[in-house]
Amino acid sequence: MEPILNIDNLKVSFMTSNGEVQAVRGVSLSVGKGEILGIVGESGSGKSVTSMSILHLLADTARIKEGSSIRFDGEELIGAPKKRMREIRGEKISMIFQDPMSSLNPLIPVGKQVAEMLLEHHKDISKDEAKKAVLELFAKVRIPEPEKRYKCCPHEFSGGMRQRVMIAMALANKPELLIADEPTTALDVTIQDQILQQLRELEKEYGTSIIFITHDLGVVAELCDRVIVMYGGLVMEEAPIDEIFEHPSHPYTMGLLNSIPDMEQDKAVRLKPIPGSPPDMTNPPAGCPFAPRCPYARKICGAELPEFTQVGEGHSSRCFLLYPDAPADDNNPFRREV
Amino acid sequence: MIRYFAKRLGMMLVALFLIMLLTFCIMHAVPGGPFTSDRNMTEEVEAALNAKYHLDRPLPEQFYEYVTGVLRGDLGPSYKYPGKEVNEFVVNGFPVSARLGFITILFVLLAAIPMGILAAVKNGKWQDMVLMAIATIGVTIPSFVIASVLIYVFSFKLNVLPTYGLDTWKGYILPVVALGGYSISYMARLMRSSLLEVMGQDYIRTARAKGLSELKVILKHGMRNALIPVITVLGPTIANLLTGSFVIEKIFAIPGLGGYFVTSVSQRDYTTIMGVTIFYASFLMAMIFLVDIFYCLIDPRIKYE
Repeated sequence: MEPILNIDNLKVSFMTSNGEVQAVRGVSLSVGKGEILGIVGESGSGKSVTSMSILHLLADTARIKEGSSIRFDGEELIGAPKKRMREIRGEKISMIFQDPMSSLNPLIPVGKQVAEMLLEHHKDISKDEAKKAVLELFAKVRIPEPEKRYKCCPHEFSGGMRQRVMIAMALANKPELLIADEPTTALDVTIQDQILQQLRELEKEYGTSIIFITHDLGVVAELCDRVIVMYGGLVMEEAPIDEIFEHPSHPYTMGLLNSIPDMEQDKAVRLKPIPGSPPDMTNPPAGCPFAPRCPYARKICGAELPEFTQVGEGHSSRCFLLYPDAPADDNNPFRREV
Repeated sequence: MIRYFAKRLGMMLVALFLIMLLTFCIMHAVPGGPFTSDRNMTEEVEAALNAKYHLDRPLPEQFYEYVTGVLRGDLGPSYKYPGKEVNEFVVNGFPVSARLGFITILFVLLAAIPMGILAAVKNGKWQDMVLMAIATIGVTIPSFVIASVLIYVFSFKLNVLPTYGLDTWKGYILPVVALGGYSISYMARLMRSSLLEVMGQDYIRTARAKGLSELKVILKHGMRNALIPVITVLGPTIANLLTGSFVIEKIFAIPGLGGYFVTSVSQRDYTTIMGVTIFYASFLMAMIFLVDIFYCLIDPRIKYE
């Protein structure tokens, strides 16, 4: 699959009064045309910062480091002029954010907010035409009574409805890439399911590539073609969707899988949370960032950062235990299977 | 909605009554009276004057008499300017204060809002620091000090602007600056902090992600939200400026409402004190009421029940 987006060695830091917070420390990933890529990780793993860097939406305190590259459709976005970025935002790449309650302007009717997206990028369409297009979009994302809803303000909408408005807005210009940053996290499970279905249908209809950011592997399973697991500002594992559930090849991924509740699971078996908390990114560990929480960690894990090991077709993982010379003892979960 | 506003109107009348009662009590608690003066007045004359204006009657009766007068729209006769009615002071003084106030409000809005926006956009840069330093000086230095400095510099040293009166447009410059100095500084600071807060909101990020230019993001999505707190203080500020700053009018010898008020207090001109207080209070309440209505128009989330 030809990639539409290529991120190479992305490093982002935030300058704070406590020093430099290294939020993203060399992330490389690519998204194919029409592909849905999931990025999974807990808070502070750098997944949102990675996605915000693409459209230059990071706070002023953020610094993208020398040597980072984000190529969209062959065009380098890092260092691109503001004017060019404005053309890309909303037209070629659009975003849906986590909190639909606060992502819409509370004082402007939702219809107008969506129409603005069209009018900004197409100088030749009239306000009436924009309104007509918005009503069609509303119908497409299943907002009931679009005509009536057009004039309503965000506070008159439920969370799920607002997220539908956000989706309608994001898709207004049929972008080539949609970045969805935890779009279902703030919603009820039932609404979450409807929104996911919506995204899947729209991906089919428009052929839009999607980057779907979440901390929920269950959601990834339902939607994505491929998944990237991030931790401590680094990519830990990258794999096609089936692979990640059948052959998780990083202790962190295994930890994440163990903490997903299962409907058929015996109630006596308790969920296993991953002990400990993510590393302090003002002073990131020299070795594998997961080592302090990893049940299989060796001496070397805390001292050096492992490189990627290819474990299957499009499946690679950053762990010393996958190295050919790793000891195949009982405390190595991988050597026994291979 | 109509019920809410009717209720508000009722509450305003109650508040007005309480203000009248309080002012009346405090005024009479202060020693001396309108006819106590340096000149030796025989006791008979003073008693006769007190009797003429019913000041010899019990206070509750005086209050009752005054309130019924006000309900008829009569603020009573002035005790110090024989033959003058307090209504005349309001009718003559208010337009002068109002004209000066109106110009000052325009000046305040045109200066404070752009200042606040510029400071917020240039947050932390030198423009922000300079503007906020000026604004801090503006809120901390009293208006009469600003007025004195302005008169000293522009009237005595440079001799370009008149020290008093409103005969030419030049006469307005110093009073407007002195009168508006505090409000400009206060509002510019408010505008800045409010806009900074709004610019950190998620919907601003959404607006940027749409591909809008920063100017459009600020004007279309930032400003309207950021103006809400500014409008809140705008009501009382307008009332304050339109009815005249007592001190500024005194300094520049402007025959506005404020001047009458200051004189009337030192002279214990009871009816003038009461009249101007009532007028000022009603005007202030009316302005706050207007602001509440204006909220409804700007923010669809606000519904009055």
